Amino acid sequence: MDWFWLVPALPLAGFLVLFVTEGKLPDKVVAFVGAGSVGLAALVALGVGWQFVASGQSSFSLPLWTWIAVGDFTPSITLYLDSLSLVMTGVITGVGFLIHLYATGYMWQDHEEPKGYSRFFAYMNLFVFAMLMLVLGDNLLTLFLGWEGVGLCSYLLIGFYHRDPANGYAARKAFVVTRVGDTLMALGLFLLFWEFKTLEMQAILAEAGSLTPGMATAVGLLLLGGAVGKSAQVPLQTWLPDAMAGPTPVSALIHAATMVTAGVYLIARMQDVYLLSADAQHVVAVVGLVTLLISSFTALTQTDIKRILAYSTMSQIGYMFMALGVGAWSAAIFHLMTHAFFKALLFLASGSVILALHHEQDIFKMGGLWKKLPIPFWSMAIGSAALVALPFTSGFASKDAILLTAYDNGGWLYWGGGALAAGMTALYTTRMMIVTFFGRSKTEPHDDSKANMWLPLVVLGILSIGGGWFGIAVLDDLLGPIKSFSHFTPLALVTIAVPLLGVLVGWLVFSGRVNVSAVVESGLGNGLRRYWHGGWGFDWVYDRVFVKPFVAMARINKNDVVDLVFRITAALARGLHYIGALTQTGRLRWYAANLGLGLVLVLLIVLEVL
Amino acid sequence: MAIEVPVFHVLMLAGVLFLLGLAGVLVRRNIMFLLMSLEIMMNAAGLAFIAAGAVWGQPDGQIMFMFILALAAAEVAVALGIVLQISRRFDTLDIDAASDFNG
Repeated sequence: MDWFWLVPALPLAGFLVLFVTEGKLPDKVVAFVGAGSVGLAALVALGVGWQFVASGQSSFSLPLWTWIAVGDFTPSITLYLDSLSLVMTGVITGVGFLIHLYATGYMWQDHEEPKGYSRFFAYMNLFVFAMLMLVLGDNLLTLFLGWEGVGLCSYLLIGFYHRDPANGYAARKAFVVTRVGDTLMALGLFLLFWEFKTLEMQAILAEAGSLTPGMATAVGLLLLGGAVGKSAQVPLQTWLPDAMAGPTPVSALIHAATMVTAGVYLIARMQDVYLLSADAQHVVAVVGLVTLLISSFTALTQTDIKRILAYSTMSQIGYMFMALGVGAWSAAIFHLMTHAFFKALLFLASGSVILALHHEQDIFKMGGLWKKLPIPFWSMAIGSAALVALPFTSGFASKDAILLTAYDNGGWLYWGGGALAAGMTALYTTRMMIVTFFGRSKTEPHDDSKANMWLPLVVLGILSIGGGWFGIAVLDDLLGPIKSFSHFTPLALVTIAVPLLGVLVGWLVFSGRVNVSAVVESGLGNGLRRYWHGGWGFDWVYDRVFVKPFVAMARINKNDVVDLVFRITAALARGLHYIGALTQTGRLRWYAANLGLGLVLVLLIVLEVL
Repeated sequence: MAIEVPVFHVLMLAGVLFLLGLAGVLVRRNIMFLLMSLEIMMNAAGLAFIAAGAVWGQPDGQIMFMFILALAAAEVAVALGIVLQISRRFDTLDIDAASDFNG
């Protein structure tokens, strides 16, 4: 397993090659380097994973070098592999490779940006490298390095089409909002370092028991702050829908499958700290539950297909947070994995639809596409089934595990909220499917996708269905018991029935068999719809509480009030200079006379006459 | 038979010479006269050194005068070059003509 370092090194090498050639490589070579580096990394990761599981070790670390040595503080670059980071590595490289492969086709005809093809893959490879450092680092400093690295790549890729100022704004918003969480997380790391004098995770977790409850809560909440920012949970969720400004493969890789689940990884990794503080754990669960409900109601009112999927991502990560909060660590990671499969599939399939309709994203301008775009349609259908958690899909296995554990450990509230959101998920997913693919055709599609675009869809489709069984069979051993299909109580049957009910209601309403326009068009219905459409007013509030006052302050301070002190100093120096310059007449005899006068003056002072 | 000259008289002479030179520097505008005045000032300083050396019976004063002589020779070599340049550039020996370098 000593060649394990190749896993992060290959994408980094890919990035460096694309970076130093500055887009001079032909596009075919770029595609080969960009997707190939991640593909090779996936193969290496597969081999390492195989060896790791076969060896029966619980963890394996590979020290590479010492990063910095300052006194007792010597963080090293060490790769650390255990079941958790193995699952994450598998998702990042495996799903990452499929998305890269898809992107070689998706970005092919994209002539909007000069040298954009190479730039795109350079950023994507850098992202994969940073994400791998995030999950493989054995100390929190390396994790933080990867954490900020993925944030940077997210910023670069959201603003990929930088000619449109709106995309730049979305990128800046994502960067600034996640920075709020990152600041909290950095404070949490400082606290941990203060307590343990080290940032090595295994050392911290081994001694976590020595934390006082108050300190454990503080650390837990600060780290949760970072996780909330990165994973787009309430109250820092507002950046994710706007992040859809990036190309669709970016949305699939960064804003669905990997980066936004980094928060889940962080909390699962630091679970020993959370176990010490029931309060912090409770807050995690509540954050998850609130996000889950808010975003699934919002998704019901969106019209942009990518925004629907973005809100759906938020709600699925909400499930993971709820699972973490009620102590179902393995179920959360299981859902992370299945979600990576089916959400990547949904995004890529929607990307195919968007591409076929010449970058049309409004679902109400689609319609009747199911015969014309069979591969995207079936991919989307499979992904939706998994998202809705229909029986025998991967999403079913993981969501079922979360809901049942939530009931056992958390009670009716968490189960009820989760089940309600599951029904809403079914409703908005059905709406998206029916409006997009059925009914009257509104725009003629133009499908010229090649094998490199439909192959990832097929593979992800298989994973979206079969991933659940794989999870039950393998993750159960690796991560710990996952509660799924373990008992057929009435509660479990209701959990299964809710999504089916949601699909049924959705089908009745959105295919027009039941007319609900009276309810929707009523004052209350309209108001609610507009409220939900705006994301429950979070953007509105933040705009008024933070953005507008800040802009106003900036406007007042346009002339730099703080700089006044320095400007006075400068004016003083300039005035003195002017007076001094007056003595510089250029007349030699005048200088000599002054010299003599000065000499007399000095003599008088020395002789104490004056 | 050596005639004792009181040191006070010598220093007075040196002071008068120095002031004469300084007045010449300040009053004259012709560079040649300026340089000659400077020379007088330096010799006044040299005279003071000699007197002081004689009073204390030390050779230092005479050595200092040697230095002053060497300095004067070097100064004249440089100054004459400057004078030449000024007379070429401004077509005059008036020092006030060369006052371009004012603040």
